[in-house]
Amino acid sequence: MPFLQANNIVKKFADHLALNNVSVEVPENSIFGLLGPNGAGKTTLIRIINQITGPDEGEILLNGKRLSPQHIEQIGYLPEERGLYKKMKVGEQALYLAQLKGMSRHDALKKLKYWFEKFEIQPWWDKKVEELSKGMQQKVQFIVTILHSPSLLIFDEPFSGFDPINANLLKDEILNLRAEGATVIFSTHNMSSVEELCDHITLINNGKSILSGEVPEVRRRFSENLAQIEFSGDSDKVSAALEGSYQIISNKPVGNYQTLLVKMPPETDINQLLRLLIDQCHIHSCQEVLPSMNDVFINVVNQNKTIS
Amino acid sequence: MSKIPLILKREYLTRVKKKSFIIMTILGPLFFAAMVIIPGWVASMSDSDEKTVAVIDHSGLYIDKINDTEIIKFEYIDPTSEDNLRNDFAGSGYYAFLIISDNLLVNPNAIHLYSGVGITIDVRDQIINSLRGYLRSEKLGSYEMAGLDQIIDDINKVNINLTTIKLGDDGSENESSTEMAMIVSLVFALLTYMFVFIYGAQVMQGVMEEKTNRIIEVIVSSVKPFELMMGKILGIALVALTQVALWIVLTGIILSGVKMAFSSESDLASRMTGIEMATGNADATEAIAEQSNSFNYDKVMSNMESMNPVGTLILFLLYFLGGYMLYASLYAAIGAAVDNNTDTQQFMLPVTIPIILALYVAMAAFRNPHSDMVFWFSMIPFTSPIVMMARVPFDVPLWEIVLSLALLVAGFIFTTWFAGRVYRVGILMYGKKVTYKELWKWFRYSGK
Repeated sequence: MPFLQANNIVKKFADHLALNNVSVEVPENSIFGLLGPNGAGKTTLIRIINQITGPDEGEILLNGKRLSPQHIEQIGYLPEERGLYKKMKVGEQALYLAQLKGMSRHDALKKLKYWFEKFEIQPWWDKKVEELSKGMQQKVQFIVTILHSPSLLIFDEPFSGFDPINANLLKDEILNLRAEGATVIFSTHNMSSVEELCDHITLINNGKSILSGEVPEVRRRFSENLAQIEFSGDSDKVSAALEGSYQIISNKPVGNYQTLLVKMPPETDINQLLRLLIDQCHIHSCQEVLPSMNDVFINVVNQNKTIS
Repeated sequence: MSKIPLILKREYLTRVKKKSFIIMTILGPLFFAAMVIIPGWVASMSDSDEKTVAVIDHSGLYIDKINDTEIIKFEYIDPTSEDNLRNDFAGSGYYAFLIISDNLLVNPNAIHLYSGVGITIDVRDQIINSLRGYLRSEKLGSYEMAGLDQIIDDINKVNINLTTIKLGDDGSENESSTEMAMIVSLVFALLTYMFVFIYGAQVMQGVMEEKTNRIIEVIVSSVKPFELMMGKILGIALVALTQVALWIVLTGIILSGVKMAFSSESDLASRMTGIEMATGNADATEAIAEQSNSFNYDKVMSNMESMNPVGTLILFLLYFLGGYMLYASLYAAIGAAVDNNTDTQQFMLPVTIPIILALYVAMAAFRNPHSDMVFWFSMIPFTSPIVMMARVPFDVPLWEIVLSLALLVAGFIFTTWFAGRVYRVGILMYGKKVTYKELWKWFRYSGK
């Protein structure tokens, strides 16, 4: 049973259909990527999961139960457009937001101490938010989001505004949270972080879910049957061997070896390719080349555009 | 569990801790106390510059008839030197010169005062009072009747002091004072007006802050928008009440402190009379002086008591809270609907008009607190907090107050409900130019 299940969600706004019969399944204890171009309806779906707005039709099940107000405390949400009270002190504010999520003051204080130490930001406790840089504010917001140990975490573009070091810190924390049992919904336009972090994805476009599945499986689904081979030896012999149904996309020297990118004919696999080459040159490495999530995204969204 | 208390606490504490709140809380009573004290103090600050006024009396009738005071001296000079004085006034060292060209009983305009600078009221009054006293006795003397002085004195002493008495249902008598009632109603009507405006605007600013800060999305994922709105409205109401309470207490402390300081020196009443003496023209001055003599602290207090101060204060709190709640929720809806301050204008107008209208009607209520118009405006929830407070000191029947309060409660429940629906949609809308049509859509939309 999926941890979070959205069934046939429909949400209309005055003049357009934000979500048109969208269904999403988020397996427990996984990182789930919610993808889609701008204006696709991601934020609307996230707001429905957070019970900020209600769906016009359809239902959301959390752990098999219909979503209700007592679930709020089990959810941690880091919105894309996020802010803090500028004039309020960091510590005071973090305490307040934690209490709004139902934590007792005592527990919140204890946990905040732990996280402030872990992120090395204790000196900010008594500073006003307006004195902090944007990245610093993001750190505080991240802590506030996860402080009440929610079982479902929703991050909307969590890495925006972070330098690479802090982005890494955050990535590690997100992976940690999954290791500790949390389920994470992760919405972003940064496809490399999707490849890195996500177990499953759903791609929404124009209010419809157009692609979903496990990340490696999705990439394989869009595979163009490419293989990359590193070899040393006579390039001409290699070219000659592949003459015919194989198509050499590139063949260039990298370091001491040649790197060859080949498009294989349908229904052939890398074993057959190797059989052809194994007597022609010295093979150092070989791998199947899967499309990046970036390619998949662009491909699918463009296709969808031409269909509709 | 409702999160309203938590939100209320934050809204309250952050505002009460603000420097602007603390400054206003301290300055307010100082300002109120100053309004009471400064006029008396200024009047009591005697002018210490000695002034000499040259008197040129062509009639020769008034030599030495104007009395010197400690600082104003009158010097009679030869009428022939008038031209010299006119030509070289600056070099003469005189503060001013007075020219009497004729018998003043025949020609009251035959007296002129010349000066290089503005004449102080003290100098003017001293001349008028001295000459008038002299002229009066001259005129009396011309009747050549024995004992006329005494008769006139006697006549002047005739005075009517109308005491207005309020009959209680049980036949008990209470002195009442119309002036006092007017002052009390004016103060309360203005206070209600001021607080609804100031604190309503604070609610709007607070909502806009959350919206433009984008903290709103984090918060509404934890609490219901309605809880957030109510927490804010109630929190700010408490801030307002705190401010009123502190103002009353601090003003009381300052005034009683000042009163003690003054009474050890000399009595305040004489200083207060001083102002009126200085400001009015001669006739009025006398009238006021007479009144001031009968001015009696105890009487004022008993008048105050006859107006039932506790009841009035409770009503003030009820109407203030009701009026504030009614408007604050509308202000919250406006704050939620717009993206920035400049967009608020179009929505502020319909909210502001009834408040200002209420103040105008309240002014009419001082004249006729029981007219039909005033009655209806004190029933309509949008104007009743201000208009009814203006009427209350004039003995409004209990049923009218109960009805008006009930309507007010119904009114703010309605506006809160209405505003809540607009609010919950508005706070998450960005970058849209909002129109009334749009607001109506939100209102209907969030019914789902």
